[in-house]
Amino acid sequence: MMSIQPLLEVEGLSLAAKPGGKILVDTISFTLNKGETLGLVGESGSGKSLTLRAVLGLLPRGVEKVGGAIQSGASSAMVFQDPRGALDPLCPVVKQLTEVVYYRQKLSRKASRAAALELLDRLGLPDSLKHTDRYPSQLSGGQCQRVVIAMALACKPGILLCDEPTTALDVTVQRQIIETISALQKELGFAMVFVTHNLAIAAAMCSKLCVMKEGRIVEQGEARALLQNPQDPYTQMLMNSVLPVPELEGSV
Amino acid sequence: MESALQVKNLTVHYGGFTALDGVDLNIERHATLGLVGESGSGKSTLARVVAGLIAPDEGQILLESELLTKKRSREQHKKIQMIFQNPDASLNPKHSIRQILSEALLFHRIVDRKQVERRCREWLDRVHIPGNALDRYPHEFSGGQRQRIAIARALSVEPRILIADEPTSALDVSVQRSVLDLFNTLKEELQLTMLFISHDLGVIHEISDTVAVMKQGRLVEVQAKAPFFARPETAYSRELLSAVPRMPKLSTTPGGNHESRT
Amino acid sequence: MKPITIDSPTPRNGKTGALSRLWRTPSLLAGSIMLAVLVLLAVLIPLISPYDPTKQDLSAFLQPPSAEHWLGTDQLGRDLFTRLIYAARTDLTIMVLAEIIPFCVGVFLGMIAGYYGKWLDTVISLITDTFIAFPFYLIVIIVAFASGAGQRGIYITFILVGWIVFARVTRGLTASFRRQEWVASARTLGLPGVRIMLRHILPNVLPQAIVVLMTDMVGLLVAIVTLGYLGIGITPPTPDWGTMIFDGQPFITTAWWLSAVPGFAVVYTGIALSLVGDGLADLWRKK
Repeated sequence: MMSIQPLLEVEGLSLAAKPGGKILVDTISFTLNKGETLGLVGESGSGKSLTLRAVLGLLPRGVEKVGGAIQSGASSAMVFQDPRGALDPLCPVVKQLTEVVYYRQKLSRKASRAAALELLDRLGLPDSLKHTDRYPSQLSGGQCQRVVIAMALACKPGILLCDEPTTALDVTVQRQIIETISALQKELGFAMVFVTHNLAIAAAMCSKLCVMKEGRIVEQGEARALLQNPQDPYTQMLMNSVLPVPELEGSV
Repeated sequence: MESALQVKNLTVHYGGFTALDGVDLNIERHATLGLVGESGSGKSTLARVVAGLIAPDEGQILLESELLTKKRSREQHKKIQMIFQNPDASLNPKHSIRQILSEALLFHRIVDRKQVERRCREWLDRVHIPGNALDRYPHEFSGGQRQRIAIARALSVEPRILIADEPTSALDVSVQRSVLDLFNTLKEELQLTMLFISHDLGVIHEISDTVAVMKQGRLVEVQAKAPFFARPETAYSRELLSAVPRMPKLSTTPGGNHESRT
Repeated sequence: MKPITIDSPTPRNGKTGALSRLWRTPSLLAGSIMLAVLVLLAVLIPLISPYDPTKQDLSAFLQPPSAEHWLGTDQLGRDLFTRLIYAARTDLTIMVLAEIIPFCVGVFLGMIAGYYGKWLDTVISLITDTFIAFPFYLIVIIVAFASGAGQRGIYITFILVGWIVFARVTRGLTASFRRQEWVASARTLGLPGVRIMLRHILPNVLPQAIVVLMTDMVGLLVAIVTLGYLGIGITPPTPDWGTMIFDGQPFITTAWWLSAVPGFAVVYTGIALSLVGDGLADLWRKK
């Protein structure tokens, strides 16, 4: 199974704004192997989300690739920051998910629905959805995000791209979603690119990290080693910006 | 300790939804109360009621033993100021920084017209914004800078209580840090009394003396900071605290083995 | 992208002179020039033209364009160019005067409805919705007949219904600003509602209201001309594009320019106003 060829190889990627040609992402390179999770961390304007969109092949309007290559050996699917925005508000969620399964897995209508329900089950969505379909507005933010993840998984991706998937959620829900994603990754074995501004989440989720600042990767490497011994002052600054929360008594 | 603000049995309904359900709260003078809770817990509603933006359906607000009525006087308004979450919307886009700061100063007669300019510059200096910012407009500043200007405006009228509703949540982590540092400095210098709202327990830990936890319109726990973070009394607080993503213990700290929990 | 520096303001690019911003908005520039030409002609016409717009000269009727009469003469021997520009005076003056009161009233009522909400909003919205149910021209024609032909009908009608469009736009904008935090902080400061509306909200709704004003003026101009054409607007011999189009109609095969030229003038003014409106909208959106 293990191949030497990486699953995703980004080589010297540069992105620029169309009018004016302002460089937004500046010759960045990284590779992602099977089963790995790569974290792209940085603040707003660092180009981390744009990089992710370039990998997915969905650059926003007015941004174009001006250099480099993206070689991908597997299909990818994306989980967005705003789950409500990623769902069609006028279509009930099971129906939406069934559509995705139908078109991506080329199953019969009936089999698609069964597959969709199985996915929902796997993501811990309430059983009641099987009988009564609901609109996104009737679900909580965390439940919507689970539906979005299910839709991404319905594409049977080799690479799951996550763009700040928990930023818009409450902390208890955030924890559940992160646990769900981690468990699914163990089970299904997809690789992940995980974009976040939260170093603590990145540290917990990722095996490799790329620290980005103003469109450049200032530092990259194996996650633990990088955080233990950050070389770049920007990485150090980011680490210092993580506000500490003391450990609970009795949790050690 | 004397209390600066007392809230008694505050209740607010929006239609059939109860946003605040009999909240009692006490803020001591020169102390910061950190109010934490998840979305929909009613913490912002509480802030807006105290600031006089929403009239409560029931309950009382006492500011240093003075009962605040639905219709507040100019003097009462002056005593409670508020800073909001969204830096893109916290300043009037059509007003220059000079207009924004001097309107507050002049309306509450903090200084007379001749001294307005000097006072504005002093405040900008205090929040680390260069003095040449006076004739610029909000869109020319970054989010962190706008929040600093909002802080200057709120504090310039010398309020008894400053309410800050998620003032750093929309900012980048490094900017958040510097804005929090500013809050801490001003707190010391001006002996502020603050009601500081955040969903982020890291921020609450950084700024508060006392922590209050809200859930579904009710206050579930109020405790001093240190014991709260070590030994929360309620299961809900414990759940909140244990869900916070923490940096893994790295080799520089001995013996840690926490990365099993995220 | 937002700068993350905390100690120096970003370089200013908003206020680099109104002129250069005008230059970067071609539609605004074109519209302004077109309007300026028309207004300049209307102001200076007594100096430009030796003719009287109402004095008939039956010895020189229906002349084709010449050096003496740039656009020829009409069936009563009056110089067409002179009449055209004097008509611009009449029509543009009515257009502007008839918009002033509705604009102020509409913006004011819209702000009150949007800011205070509740029953005030219900009442004002009820009135606007009621008026909108009646076709504009129906009201104009009824009022024009009731008050007799002439400018009075136009003024009365427009004071009656013209404010509605401004009230609706301003109400929506004000209601959305009301939820924004800079209004909330003005309220925590203790500023009275009237002051918040005039000092804080008005500067923010005015740009949009002015854009609407421009498009609304086009509609009003067409209404003025239509009423003149129908004979219930401006009464002869006062020059007006509508009556000019009507008067030229019998000669459409022999002297087509009699109707075509005032028609073109209406189109020209309409395009100019629309360009200015679009340009202003662009300019304010960019900022």
